[in-house]
Amino acid sequence: MTMRRTDVVIVGGGLIGAWTAFFLARRGRKVVLVEKGVVGAQSSGTNFGNLRLQGRFPGQYPLSLRAQALWEDIEELIGDRCEFDPSGHLYIAFNDAEREKLEKYAAVSESHGLAIEHLGAADLARRYPWLSGKAVAATFSPRDATANPRLVTPAVARAAKALGVEVVEQCTVMQARREAAGFVLETADGRSFGCDHLVNAAGAWAGEIAQMFGEGAPLFPAGPPQFVTEPFPYFIRPSVQAVDGTVIFRQIPRGNVILAGYPRTAADPIRNRAPVPPAKTLAAMRHLTAVVPALRDCHVIRVWSGIEGYLPDMIPVIGPSMTTDGLFHAFGFCGHGFQIGPGVGLCLSEMICDGSTETPLDPFSIARFRGAVAEDEKFRREFDLPAAAR
Amino acid sequence: MAGGDNGASAAGEGRFVQAVPREAERVRFTIDGKSAEAQAGDSLLAAILVQRPVLRRHEFDGGERAGFCLMGACQDCWVWSEAGERLRACTTPVAAGMAIVTEPPAERFAHGRAHG
Amino acid sequence: MAELMAEVVIVGAGPAGIRAAGILAAQGLRPILVDEGRQAGGQGYRRPSPGLALDMDTLMGTEAGKYKALHADFAALLNRIDYRPRTLVWGIEDRRLHCVRDGRQTTIAFDALIVATGAMDRIAPLPGWILPGVFTLGGAQAVLKDQGCLVGRRVAFLGASPLLSLAALQYRKLGAEVVAVCDTSSFRDKIAALPQLAAVPRTLARGIAYLAALKRARVPLFDGVTPLAIEGEAGVTALRFRDGRGHERRIACDAVALGYGLKPETQLAELAGARFAFDARFRLWLPVTDEDGRAGEGLYLAGDGAAIGGADAAEASGALAALAVLHDLGLRSEHDERPALRRRLARLRRFQQGLARAFRWPVAALARLSDEVAVCRCEHVTAGDIRRAMDADLGPVDVNRVKAITRCGMGRCQGRVCGPALQEIAAAHAGLPVEAVGRLRGQAPLKPVPLGILEEEEA
Repeated sequence: MTMRRTDVVIVGGGLIGAWTAFFLARRGRKVVLVEKGVVGAQSSGTNFGNLRLQGRFPGQYPLSLRAQALWEDIEELIGDRCEFDPSGHLYIAFNDAEREKLEKYAAVSESHGLAIEHLGAADLARRYPWLSGKAVAATFSPRDATANPRLVTPAVARAAKALGVEVVEQCTVMQARREAAGFVLETADGRSFGCDHLVNAAGAWAGEIAQMFGEGAPLFPAGPPQFVTEPFPYFIRPSVQAVDGTVIFRQIPRGNVILAGYPRTAADPIRNRAPVPPAKTLAAMRHLTAVVPALRDCHVIRVWSGIEGYLPDMIPVIGPSMTTDGLFHAFGFCGHGFQIGPGVGLCLSEMICDGSTETPLDPFSIARFRGAVAEDEKFRREFDLPAAAR
Repeated sequence: MAGGDNGASAAGEGRFVQAVPREAERVRFTIDGKSAEAQAGDSLLAAILVQRPVLRRHEFDGGERAGFCLMGACQDCWVWSEAGERLRACTTPVAAGMAIVTEPPAERFAHGRAHG
Repeated sequence: MAELMAEVVIVGAGPAGIRAAGILAAQGLRPILVDEGRQAGGQGYRRPSPGLALDMDTLMGTEAGKYKALHADFAALLNRIDYRPRTLVWGIEDRRLHCVRDGRQTTIAFDALIVATGAMDRIAPLPGWILPGVFTLGGAQAVLKDQGCLVGRRVAFLGASPLLSLAALQYRKLGAEVVAVCDTSSFRDKIAALPQLAAVPRTLARGIAYLAALKRARVPLFDGVTPLAIEGEAGVTALRFRDGRGHERRIACDAVALGYGLKPETQLAELAGARFAFDARFRLWLPVTDEDGRAGEGLYLAGDGAAIGGADAAEASGALAALAVLHDLGLRSEHDERPALRRRLARLRRFQQGLARAFRWPVAALARLSDEVAVCRCEHVTAGDIRRAMDADLGPVDVNRVKAITRCGMGRCQGRVCGPALQEIAAAHAGLPVEAVGRLRGQAPLKPVPLGILEEEEA
């Protein structure tokens, strides 16, 4: 068996893997991107498509802002706009306690230089007459945006391929190990790859790769129930999210409203399925009509979910392995990987090419799972516990 | 529709032909504000298409549509009521007082009111 | 007796569902019969809506007896079953159906589920097929039976189906001018299928009689036709095609009824857990069942929604599915009718395999379909959009990925209409056998449901 030698192998053809491949190729590295199915098919392709900046984990702002600048440049970068739309994001509160929470989020956002508009009930009624009186306050972040997740990953992978990346689809990594001369990977179809650097961007399946190097993270699969309505006249411009987590929605210019609801539902990474229980669809429908009553007669035409990797502290693993030189992890994006995707890819390429990145990534080290990890407050309300509890 | 070649009708007549008579109560309804008559038991689709050549304008291609499968599968015959309800014309019976609009009531969305 | 408490739910009140309900009721069960329609009968045995002076004897001809018997049996059953018309099943989870009736949400729990959701026309797009005035062949018949309406004044019938000639005769009887009956399959195809068609000689003879009647009435009949376009600006004005001898013809008309046989409505069976296999004879993905219709634990499929067989086969398979339910509940009757029903069903389905051979799905024409023709009428996605997406570097091959990139099959009908054509176009473009590009997966809701449906306590 002949081994294919390359500089970097990336396991996982999702958004993270594709962007990492793209930026490494721009730095002249020879890259093989290995994907067990087809590029962009899992959570990278089935997520809500939000490029939200406000309300993120505080330690993520440098990375997020760096990523947003890349999104704003996406057409320049990869030659495809992918329906990128700087529509802004409206974070809404249903009561005073939630309003205070929004104010805290806003203070963090503003400390990182993000412009936030603070809106009261009267502002909301004037600016968004379609919102019900249930929303009493909101913060609006004009720099937040959306894009079409179904299009982005294939487009980035295509751009990476044009820069010389070898994209290998329908190829499952069975074994990966570190030898003196570098990494050796063996795949289910009998191929083998050798490389100096290995990137584990295998999404909900990344735990298995980490384990091959004696490293673990309490990763579990889940998916947000999502649905889309029939098209009707375009009137909802920013994407809207309730800070209580019940509903997040946006309308695309074609007229369809897309919704993601909580709690997230159990997913099955072995059978590759993330079915949406009807009760979740109904709950999401109720929450949406409570916020936008004009939608009550519009029809839901399709529901779906995708398999995402989650970690109990609701932040991802990004950075070097603690056990193996040359191995880098980027997984467990907990439902917010879409926005930071290009930033993560750029940072990984810098770590591999330069040995470090200017963007602070310490909070995302896999080292944190050596000790006890604090569960995020969102954890209990955003999942169906039987599926999520570990 | 604005004149033109609609196949069914030079003189604005309907696309469908009522070939078999029906003994039923006459009901009045409106299509895009214009008064119309049908018989109880008529599907909304038949009630509209016996007097007009088309049902609705398509969202994306801008062309007009008159339904297709006529049995509730293709979802190509949804019309609106003035109050904003969605009605699948081929499976909805016409009822007295219905106010049908063939274009979405855009104003309703702009102001965000659920009804009226 | 605990088994008697078992809740059996049947979805679809066509011949399969009604026969299943009858057998269960005869055993003392009170099945719930859920149907989206306003009146029982399904599509083929659709009843005239109230007050319509339609003579079904004339319209149904030799089949009128079966039509009347089924509706009479249904009427006699009504007080022994829980019949729920106007009820759309949109989702399923844990032996519970989620339904919407009159704009309100309800759920129905079940121990055993018989899915008898029927079929719709299989459609091959051609230039002009989305014009107002083009309808499915089944739809053209449905609107005649149910509403007493003709879809136009000068009607052309196009496709590959024995129902072309039946529908044309019905239209003619009720006063339409039938300007052409254009069959895309050839006389040779029919000869090749004769051995299988001989399985049910009576039905074969009926088909020949329809054609003879049309000939006598001097209705222009064409076979081996290559459709070129349906013409018109804002509605149909003509059908253009090449006849079997290669002459191009243009026939003025104001309506076209289009159909290439039937495809099963399998979306509910899929959400309920049925597995699918590709059937090369029909060139369709069909749910996998045993000979009595078992498709999984507590899941039974019957009628055209399980395998295309026609109304007689639907009755037989409905009866078999109900007997399978009874058998699995431990309620066996002394006289076992199943062997006879199985033989009958096999014979009827063999006949349908013959029909699929005689009236061929136009694979080559779909492969050649011109780039500007819309394939998905919901989202307006053209054949060219599909091919361009596939041609892109790392472009999709599987139809679900094609859907993700192009939106073909993503609209209100969820690919019911465009799915079979999409498969052929994708397979031809990839140079693969059609089964290699997969099938569009079903997703809830099975049909659109309004956001404002309110939850209701279970009845």
